[in-house]
Amino acid sequence: MMFETLSTRLGTVFDKLRGRGALTEADVDAALREVRVALLEADVALPIVKDFVAHVRTKAVGQDVIKSVSPGQLVIKIVYDELVATLGAETATLNFNAEPPVPILMVGLQGSGKTTTTAKLGARLEKQDKRKVLMASLDVYRPAAQEQLRILGEQTGVAVLPVIEGQQPVDIAKRAMNAAKLRGMDVVLLDTAGRLSIDEAMMREAAAIRDAVRPTEVLLVADALTGQDAVNTAKIFKERLGITGIVLTRIDGDARGGAALSMRQATGAPIKLIGTGEKMDALEPFHPDRIAGRILGMGDVVSLVEKAKDVIDQEEAAKLEAKVMAGGFDMNDLLSQLRQMRKMGGMEGLLSMLPGVGQMKAAMAANRVDDKMISRQEAIILSMTQEERRKVAILNARRRQRIAAGSGTTVADVNKLLKQHRTMADMFKKVGKLGKKGMARMLAGMGGGGLGGGGGLPPGFGR
Amino acid sequence: MSWFGRLKEGLSRSAGALSQGLAGVFGSAAVDTATLQDLEELLISSDLGVQASARIAAKLGEKRWGPTVPPNEARTALAAAIAAILQPAERPLDVTTAKPFVVLMVGVNGTGKTTTIGKLASRLRGEGKSVLLVAGDTFRAAAIEQLKAWGERAGAPVLAREAGADAAGLAFDALTQAKTQGTDVVLIDTAGRLQNKANLMAELAKIVRVLKKVDPAAPHAVLLVLDATTGQNARAQVAAFKELVQVSGLVMAKLDGTARGGMLVALAEEFGLPIHFVGVGERVDDLQTFSARAFARALVGLES
Repeated sequence: MMFETLSTRLGTVFDKLRGRGALTEADVDAALREVRVALLEADVALPIVKDFVAHVRTKAVGQDVIKSVSPGQLVIKIVYDELVATLGAETATLNFNAEPPVPILMVGLQGSGKTTTTAKLGARLEKQDKRKVLMASLDVYRPAAQEQLRILGEQTGVAVLPVIEGQQPVDIAKRAMNAAKLRGMDVVLLDTAGRLSIDEAMMREAAAIRDAVRPTEVLLVADALTGQDAVNTAKIFKERLGITGIVLTRIDGDARGGAALSMRQATGAPIKLIGTGEKMDALEPFHPDRIAGRILGMGDVVSLVEKAKDVIDQEEAAKLEAKVMAGGFDMNDLLSQLRQMRKMGGMEGLLSMLPGVGQMKAAMAANRVDDKMISRQEAIILSMTQEERRKVAILNARRRQRIAAGSGTTVADVNKLLKQHRTMADMFKKVGKLGKKGMARMLAGMGGGGLGGGGGLPPGFGR
Repeated sequence: MSWFGRLKEGLSRSAGALSQGLAGVFGSAAVDTATLQDLEELLISSDLGVQASARIAAKLGEKRWGPTVPPNEARTALAAAIAAILQPAERPLDVTTAKPFVVLMVGVNGTGKTTTIGKLASRLRGEGKSVLLVAGDTFRAAAIEQLKAWGERAGAPVLAREAGADAAGLAFDALTQAKTQGTDVVLIDTAGRLQNKANLMAELAKIVRVLKKVDPAAPHAVLLVLDATTGQNARAQVAAFKELVQVSGLVMAKLDGTARGGMLVALAEEFGLPIHFVGVGERVDDLQTFSARAFARALVGLES
């Protein structure tokens, strides 16, 4: 098992305490031991964990346990809220408050994704903000680094400063600023070479570049997969270069992303953007609540809902909604649901958005829940007549046998599907009043439903 | 400089904090519960992970300590405990068991695959072997140019196609060519990919399948390149790449920063894969054969 979710861990701790009055120091300490482990397993750096836990402790002791929530859930809620607050309550924007062209400096360790991020940011600023952008690579060390930015600029249609062989980084930066001024550009993105925080010469070089162009933003590009070292790296970059913001890359991986908390705390600088994929438009504003849930092992539930919203055909959703309002959710609807799930990348795709996947996979293997199951269920529905699909009630034993034979499954499989359909139909009845938003959430919820609940927020988490 | 010196130089920055911490932990006091807890935390700060740290700390606790413990003795014991875990992973890469010996380099984005291939090529060329580099990262912009630059440095030919070409087809051609030309070692670069991207992982599996059409024993080694700054996600990386493309060994790059690469210890325990090389700097000869004892001792700040 890779990770236990914090709710599971706390569930064990608090099992005996269910339904007591206020949280005592002993309760809180027992819970915070688990919180500490969860944070460490999520790669939050140790000193940050200690501060954070101490802070949460003062908030949690003496809190009344409301009847409807368990003490464990209450502690998670306090931890979660605190985590969101610490990560930055609102989305931070980039600072363009200077005479154009406005320079933005991109710095970070080797392989953190600076060049890719620079190109993505350039494309974003041109497309969404309608700013004219010039990008320049100051990486004269890594073979073909300048070539990489040139190609990416070509792909996205963002201007890139032509390379002059042998020119040094500070001079390239100055040339970029001049070129941008002459061409009336709004923003200059300066992509620096990757450097170790302890490489004195390289840090001096970055500082010299900064002093030469006086950027409004010095963005630290950092890998979301980073471990305990995040705090050291962030601190030194902050001290030496004065970081104004953080861009967290590879958030589309399955790391728990504790580095976000470490870096935010170590630098005091907000996380401004996140890299969410390999495509050039995969750069998004940072939402603290999503990362907070992920760090705690509660799954990137909100993102899942949004992805579901993206993919689900609006028309189909409207049709379904009308039907649900009328009280009938039939097999044809279930069929389209199964197909939607496939579109979202199947079970594996959906699950990859959730941390603790190892555990889920084990659970899935045990229950034989996989993409083949979706195919089997599809086959079962396809073996039904149109009438049977509309009126599930007429499915007697003989019909079930025929369907099982027709779809190459067993009657037990057919029964299982019918049960699933019934559960879903009931569920839809309940959310009928919630409208479209509630619907999308419910549809997304079905993806992880019945798999041990690893992905769901505990009750009592109003969003 | 001896290779140990180089490793030590690279690791000393990393080890600095840990060994400083150790001096604080052990000082000259008796080893008690609080000390062991501090030790556990120090190991956690080196990315050893919660479980491995707890186990190692507990193991040191079982040892019979005197009333006062000199820092060096405790440190030696810690190094020994870590080295014992790493020892089974100390298995060098032998490229002479087949000809051509095909190495497939895999890993997530930005860990240092291309750079590692470049260094490995130089090393093999230095041993007098003929090497063919294959620019299998056809996705990332300029990855091909980057590998070509390394090929020039190492004096090894680079087989490449245009960007966006099918990497599996390229690998097929490369191996066919290497066979007819009697090349000793074929080093295949691949595009970085996150291990949770099923479609990208399937592409990688396809490269392996296609290689097997030319030589059923190929690839003879599948090396997963890990970034020393990576935290606990390294476990998920090893698990996924191992399952999909049968990773045969690990390489840890970027050990010259402040990151300590302690998760190698946890990985060695969990997966039992050989650790072939560590990257301790940016120079061509900074790719070192992994030594459990040296790594463990450098990690806790001991001279060889």
